This record gives sequence, C-alpha cells and structure tokens, in this order.
Amino acid sequence: MFKAEIYVSYKPSVLDPKAEVIKNTLARIGDDNVATVSVGKYFELTLTAPDQAAAEAQVDRICDAMLANVNTEAYHFTVKALEAAQ
Amino acid sequence: MKAAVLSFPGSNCDDDLLHAVGTVLGQTAVKVSSQATDLTGYDVVLVPGGFSYGDYLRSGAIAKFAPVMTALKAFAAAGGYVLGICNGFQILTEAGLLPGTLQWNTSLQFICEPEPLLVANHQTAFSQAYAQDQIITLPIAHGEGNYYADPATLAQLEVNGQVVFRYLHNPNGSLNDIAGLTNEAGNVLGMMPHPERAAEALLGSVDGLGVFQSLIQATKGAAIHAN
Amino acid sequence: MQTEPTPTVIKTTKPYLEWGLTESEYDRFAEKLGRLPNYTEIGLASGMWSEHCAYKYSKPVLKTFWTKNDRVLMGPGEGAGVIAIGEGKAVVFKAESHNHPSAVEPYQGAATGVGGIIRDIFSIGAKPVAILDALAFGYPKDAHTKQLIDQVVAGIGDYGNAIGIPTVGGETRFAPTYQNNPLVNAMCVGVMDESAIQRGKAAGAGNALIYVGAKTGRDGINGASFASGDFSTAEDANRSAVQVGDPFMEKLLVDACLEVTRDHQAALVGMQDMGAAGLVSSTVEMAGKANSGMTLDLDLIPQREPNMTPFEIMLSESQERMMLCVRTGHEAEIIKVFKQYDLDAVVIGRVSFDHQYKLLQHGQVVCDVPVSLLTDDAPVYHQVGVKPARLAQPAADFEPGAIDLKKTLEAVLQDPNVADKTAIFRRYDAQVQTNTIVGPGGGAAVIRVRGTHRALALTTDSNGRYLALDPEIGGAITVAEAARNLVATGAEPLGITDCLNYGDPTKPEQFYSLAESAKGIVAATKALNTPVISGNVSLYNETDGEAIAPSPMIGMVGLIEDLTAIMSPSFKAAGESVYVIGQTQADFNGSLLQQMTQGEVSGRLRPLDLAQEQENQALVLQAIRQHLVSAAHDVSDGGLLTALAEMSFGRNIGAAVAAAWAPAWWFSESQGRFVVSVPAANIAAFEALAGPLATRLGRTQPGELTVQAAGQAMAANVATLKQLNKEALAWQLK
Repeated sequence: MFKAEIYVSYKPSVLDPKAEVIKNTLARIGDDNVATVSVGKYFELTLTAPDQAAAEAQVDRICDAMLANVNTEAYHFTVKALEAAQ
Repeated sequence: MKAAVLSFPGSNCDDDLLHAVGTVLGQTAVKVSSQATDLTGYDVVLVPGGFSYGDYLRSGAIAKFAPVMTALKAFAAAGGYVLGICNGFQILTEAGLLPGTLQWNTSLQFICEPEPLLVANHQTAFSQAYAQDQIITLPIAHGEGNYYADPATLAQLEVNGQVVFRYLHNPNGSLNDIAGLTNEAGNVLGMMPHPERAAEALLGSVDGLGVFQSLIQATKGAAIHAN
Repeated sequence: MQTEPTPTVIKTTKPYLEWGLTESEYDRFAEKLGRLPNYTEIGLASGMWSEHCAYKYSKPVLKTFWTKNDRVLMGPGEGAGVIAIGEGKAVVFKAESHNHPSAVEPYQGAATGVGGIIRDIFSIGAKPVAILDALAFGYPKDAHTKQLIDQVVAGIGDYGNAIGIPTVGGETRFAPTYQNNPLVNAMCVGVMDESAIQRGKAAGAGNALIYVGAKTGRDGINGASFASGDFSTAEDANRSAVQVGDPFMEKLLVDACLEVTRDHQAALVGMQDMGAAGLVSSTVEMAGKANSGMTLDLDLIPQREPNMTPFEIMLSESQERMMLCVRTGHEAEIIKVFKQYDLDAVVIGRVSFDHQYKLLQHGQVVCDVPVSLLTDDAPVYHQVGVKPARLAQPAADFEPGAIDLKKTLEAVLQDPNVADKTAIFRRYDAQVQTNTIVGPGGGAAVIRVRGTHRALALTTDSNGRYLALDPEIGGAITVAEAARNLVATGAEPLGITDCLNYGDPTKPEQFYSLAESAKGIVAATKALNTPVISGNVSLYNETDGEAIAPSPMIGMVGLIEDLTAIMSPSFKAAGESVYVIGQTQADFNGSLLQQMTQGEVSGRLRPLDLAQEQENQALVLQAIRQHLVSAAHDVSDGGLLTALAEMSFGRNIGAAVAAAWAPAWWFSESQGRFVVSVPAANIAAFEALAGPLATRLGRTQPGELTVQAAGQAMAANVATLKQLNKEALAWQLK
C-alpha cells in the first residue's frame, strides 16, 4: 500500500484571484509583510502498486489526466510506502 | 437539423436547449445521456450548461471522462458541429476540444446578468446569422467564466479569427474579452453566455436565436454537400 | 464505545433536559408509554416533541389560520400546500426558515435551507420551478454583518445555481433588530399536474419503506431541538450541529423522485423528505398520517460513519435524503430507478399490522413505542399572552418636521432597504429553466407555466417595523403588501405560505406578539382570498434574552391568465398621466423614514382598512387586465416619492407631479396605495373605472423627476438618482 500526497496550484504566470484577495486582506489587517500567496488543492490517495516507481508513475498520470488542469495548474506529489496493517 | 443535447449528471440547461431548438425553432432535438457511446446521425451536438458531477474538482473536469466524450471527440474530428455553452464550454476545454481554460471570475462571485456582446467573427457556422460587429445581448450565469490561454495560444486564436463573441463590458476577467471561440477548424464553438436563454420575446430577448439559426443554415449546406 | 444509560439512570440523571425536553414532558411520555423509556425512545421524543416538529406552543395559533377555499387542493400538514391554477395544473409552494443554522454557519445554513425547502416541493410530486429568499440583517455597517451577508448569499446561490432552479425573487431587509439574529427564509415553488399529488404516508401492512439518497452521518444530530432553543453568543459548540449541503446529489434526487412519481405511480404509496429530526420524523409522520405502524432495521440504513447509535442514526439531519413507501412486490422496480441515477436506495423496513414504531439494531429491539405517542400525544401548551408595556403605552407620533425633499429622497434611495439589490441577486441564476418573465429586483417575479398559457407571480414580504408597533395591524399589512406586489404585475393572489419568525413563546409578551399577528394575518387572508396553505414556525429568535421584532414572512403566489397583460413598474413613455390610487395621510410611525431618522421605530399604527385595501387592489387588477395602464407599482418603503423614483429608473422617464401636501407626506407609508401611469387615449376609461379611488398627480416626462409640494419644489435628474440607488448597496457591502 502506498500513500500519495498531492499538491495542485496555479502556475506562477496565471492570475490567481483567490490568492489576490487573501493577500490584499492580509495587508489590510496588518500582515503587509506577506509577499506572495498561492492557493491550491491538496489530495491524499492510498493505492496498491507493485513498487514505488509504479505508484509514482500512476499518480503522475492521475494528476495529469484529472487532478490538475495542466493548462493553468502545476502539481507535485510525494509517494511513500505504508507499513502493512498489523 | 437534428441536434443531440448531451446530458451529464448535474447538467441543468439540457432541457432549456431542447426547448429552444426543438419547441421554439421546430428542429429535431434529442436528449442523449452521457453514458451513450454513439453520436452518428446527428447534425450537431450541443453540450449544455449546468454543474456536471457537481463541478466539485474543477468545472468540466469529471465530465470529460464520461463515455459519450469518446464519441464526441470522434464526431468533432470528423467535422461535426459541436456547441458548448457555459459548463459545456468548460467541458470542451477540459477535454481538449478547445484551447485554454475557464477560471474563477475575478470578482470570485457567480454572476448572472444580461451582457452585451460583439459578434467578432460572423463567418462561422455558429454566427453567420449575425452581422459582423453586431452587438447582441445574452445572459451570462457562471462563476468560472474567466477565459485564460497562454500568450502564444491567445495570439494564434486572434490571427485565426477564432474569437467569435467578445464582451463589451468584460464581467469576469476573460483575456481579450473573449466570451466565445471556436477551434482552429471552426466546427467546435464554446461560449459562456446562454443563447438558449434569449430565444423568446416573452422572456425578454431573441438575440440568441442567431446562434441556432446559423447552425440550421450550416447543416442545410452540409446536407446539400452530402448529396 | 460509550454505553447508553439505562431507563432508571435516565430518570435520575435527566439527559433529556439538554435536548430541550422538560421534566414534565418526560413524565408525560413515560406515563403514556406505561414504563420508563430507554435512551433511544426518549431521544426520539425530544426531536418529535420539539417546537419544530410538534408546534407545541404555536399549534393553538396555527389552528386559527384560514386554510381552505375552492382552489386549495391540499392545505397545511404535508410537505407543501397545493392550489389549482387551471388547465389541469397546480402550483405547490412552501417557505421555511433556517435562521439558527445560518447564524451559526451562514454558508451551509443558508444552502441547506434551500435544499430542504426544495425537497418539500418535489416530495409532493411537483417540479421545483422557482426559489425566493427573504433575508433580514442588521445594517451592513460592521465587518461581521458584511461577512454574514456575503456567506448567506453565497450559500443560497451555490445551492440554487448548481441544482438548476432559478432564484427569481425575495427580499433583503435591514433593521437593527436583526443584528444578532439574522433571518434566512427560503421559499420554493413547484408546478405539477393536478392529478399527480403525492402525500407523505406509509400505509398497507407489508409495504416497504425505502431510504433514498445520501448516507446518514453524525451531522446535525437533533437539529430540530437545536432550532427550538434560543441562542447565547457564547454557545459556539452549536457549530457541530450544522450540516453540509450537496446540490449535485439533490439534483439527482429531484430527477429520480419525479421519475418515480411520473412513471411509477402504481408502485408508490407515499414519499416524504427527511428534514427536521431526520429519519424519525419522516417515518413517524408517514405512519401517523396513515394510522399505521412500522418496523425498521437500522442495520440496513446507509451510514457514513461506523458505530452510530440508534439515537444518532434516527436524529441525524444529514441532507439530501428521502423516504418512500412502496407497495410490496414493487421494491426492485423503484430501486432500479434510483440506481440509474447512482443513488443509494434501500429497503429499511416494512409497514406493520399494529400501530407500534419499532426499531431494531443488531437483532435487538431498541425502540418500541406507539406511533401516536410521538405524534398526536405531543403536548400542546395554551399560553396566555401579555401585552408588552411599549404597546400598552405607545410613544407619541413621529413628526418628521420640515424636510428637504431632494436630500431626503437621495438618502432613502441609498438606504439598503430601498437600494438596488443587484449586488445580491446577480449572484443567483435567475433564468435557468427559461421561464423567467420578470426576474428579481422588483416587487414580484413572474414565471411562465410550461404547457399552459398562464404565468405565476411570486413574492415574499416581511416588515418587522410595523409589527414592532402593533403585531395585529402589522400582520395584516404584511399580507396586504405581498398581495399588492402581485397585483401590480397583473396577477390575482391565490394563497400564501409563511415563516413565523418570533421570540421565545414561553414568554407571555412574545406569545402575545405571535397570537396578535396571527389575528391580523387571518383577517387579511380572508379579505384578500389568500388562504394559508403551508408554512413553518421559527420561534426562539433571541440572543442573550433579546428577541427580534415579530417578523412573519409571507410568501404569496398569484395567477396571470393573460400573458399579454403582465405589468411592470417602469414608466414607458413621456406625456402619460400619473395617478396614485389610495389615500395619502400622515403615516410616519414605523416608516423607513422613522427608522432612518431615529434609529428605531415607535408610535401607533393606523388600523388597516381591509375593505378599502381589497377595493384598491381590485381596481388596479381591472385596469391592468383592460390594458388601461402602462406601468404599475405599489407604494411601500419610503413612500410615494420613492415609488415614483423607482418607476423612473427603467427607461429614464421621470414625472412632474404636484400635490398640496407637506413635503414629508411624499415619504409617508399610508397603506393600500399604488402608482399607475395611463396613456392619454385611456384616461377617460381609466377615470371612469377608478372613480374617486385615483388621484391624478401629474404626467411622465423624459429624464427628470420634479415635485411641487406645499411650500417646496424639487427637481432631480433621474439618471443621477438611479446611480445613487444602484451603487449604494454594493458600496455598503464592501
């Protein structure tokens, strides 16, 4: 069993209106030293796979096909093996 | 004209399209489930607005995996006319049938209001019933209608004349005021405004009829060519 | 896992007190049961005997409502009421409050309020065609209120927009009394064939109870008793009581349930929404209405979380769930319909031969009580009201004194109560289903009824300012004002639904307000031929012991039989005559002008002359039907001059009007009034029809609104006034 932790966020060049609002609001409430804000999505998947490399390849495919819109979004993930249930 | 109106779980403008094309314009309009695998025999395929599968991941991101999408891609590749409205537009971009992406409106709010539009290219199968640079008013109703494409794609769209409708008062932050555009071949159009909501004088406007009348005209031509 | 206390321990430790049940109610339940109830049984009683389900304080008041005329096909008691509209069609409508959940968690509270009222409509077999929402907040001056408004609006919009039912109207009111107790009332309207009305009943021994929709989780457990208790600002723990809405699931539920009622009528016995008090209320009420009993196996209920207790399962208010009673042998047929929509549909029990409500879990009987013990045997309290001191000795009349017409008009147009509400309603999809003839923003919405040559006019009204001064007169005014909104579109009012938003009914002064306003509502509904066909009560609208002004919300539906005679408030052309129908007097107590000037309202209300009201409304309706008038608008908040300004905005056509009144009278809120414009060709016919009821004020003119009052004249540019009115609310909400 493997656990994948996936982060999806806008590519740096794409306007992120939610992040803009958060940044502007932070400035208004005094946290004006916040330089950048990025808003994204976080996914957790558990999956079975023959090995680490196969799990990573599959997660990459899932991200590319569904979890991220690669026109505007970038993603990165970590995959780690879960210890077998006792 | 024989039109297929796709219906995904969560589509909510499918019946409105059936009404506009079937009842108002007297064409044959058939609701086709997202589980269907065959679209042969239709002159056009209409992809309706709504919130397919709840739009919980991203608008249109789940709908693109529905069985009917394989048939739709084949239909479009063979030159068939495909019109995606609102969520239908979002589905077509997610499926790669149209370039770019629809992001959250810059206001971060859903916006429902009549929006004046410029017919930027009337030489398409979807806009030939309008005059070039005609100004029409169609309702919009969306949260994610802010059109984005990378600069190179955007430049290419403009060079090719793929932009068909532009907002006069950009409501959502769309690049180049884009409200509707076609693919490079010109047989697939996506638009955020709702022409089917401006199809009866009783409801206040018939500005949207031109989109469907254009298609009727285009498919008549196709039938002649086929003969 | 915790073990539940035994019946004897319950008797001594009294856990039911926290669920809103009193000691005497516990004793009543035990005595009628003939033994000590177990944990599950007394838990179910706390839900079913809550005000929300049992109406134990409001029942004596609700009984006085007038609920039947020859058009009413189904009155209160079911999911929603039904009225015939001709051509074989019927309109179904109901309103419900979600004040408490929205105060705690505004986004989900408002969203699930919309979801719940939609289920009430399609449970009758009707296609939901419109949503209206009546909201009330404090003035949007502080960040908290602005955020609250934003989240309530977002919640309503996100639910209605996704499910594909247009939000066509409603109203948003602002007054200090709602600062800590916002009102979030949602109304849903459906249309159906007269012949297909469903009732929520479970009859016929052996027939199946089928659970449909979302799985049951630990959300909103015992929300019914939560809604029936008052608030304390410190009580943040209530947050866990709020449920999360899933409009996608509900869209599937609507489509599937309507398919069942349309194509499988022979298999269906009854259908009901799982609303307040969840599974227990839906099933017990279905059994109660058919005088039957049932046995349910809790192990069969789709559950989202492990190890749920019977108490949790039965009182969970997880959203998007329906209960169907289906004839034996037809279970597979019905389940197949739901499976096509990817919905859970499971037989969880059967109607029994006796009248017992029996629940099994893990093979053990966990509840075995007579159905009637949970329904008819709930206590009913006959409270005696006491007139509040402020009503016994009202303050002196409010005298606005010498006012500046133009400055006052500009201020009124920018008050959020009068300001253009586009900033709010543009966030709602108002056109989906393509039936919207008149959308939000005016007094009433108008939608076409598919398959007929008819249209429906829809409105909501609530005005706590008047009820604060006199609950009886204010109650009548609220009904009359709703009817005026409909009549101004050319519709004949058909009937009403209500949300009765009041304070704690155990307090004699609060009960007085409830009972007195009911008197006014009853009188007005009879005078205007608009029976009450559905509604709900929301009592305990109090924060730290302070109650809101009594604020019944009246949702009203009217019928337009001629699609060419739909009237709008905008002046259409210059040079037409402008008339006011009804008498203008010095009515400033309870007015918007008073609230704006003094921050609160006080004084006496003039009694409402219902006969005169009816006569004025009949005149306007006749004039519209005979195509004599080109614009019509009722006079409400901000009085006559405000109405004239609003009529000018649509086409930038103002008016030149004159009357020998003191300037302030142009803002008086005398009841029963309309403004109409009449083209020159129709003047003789209109004046003959109207007789002394109409007073000519002047004529329409391009671009300017000019007034000649006693000792003061005003000239204002319509476009400038419109700009002020249009931008005010967006600025105030920023």
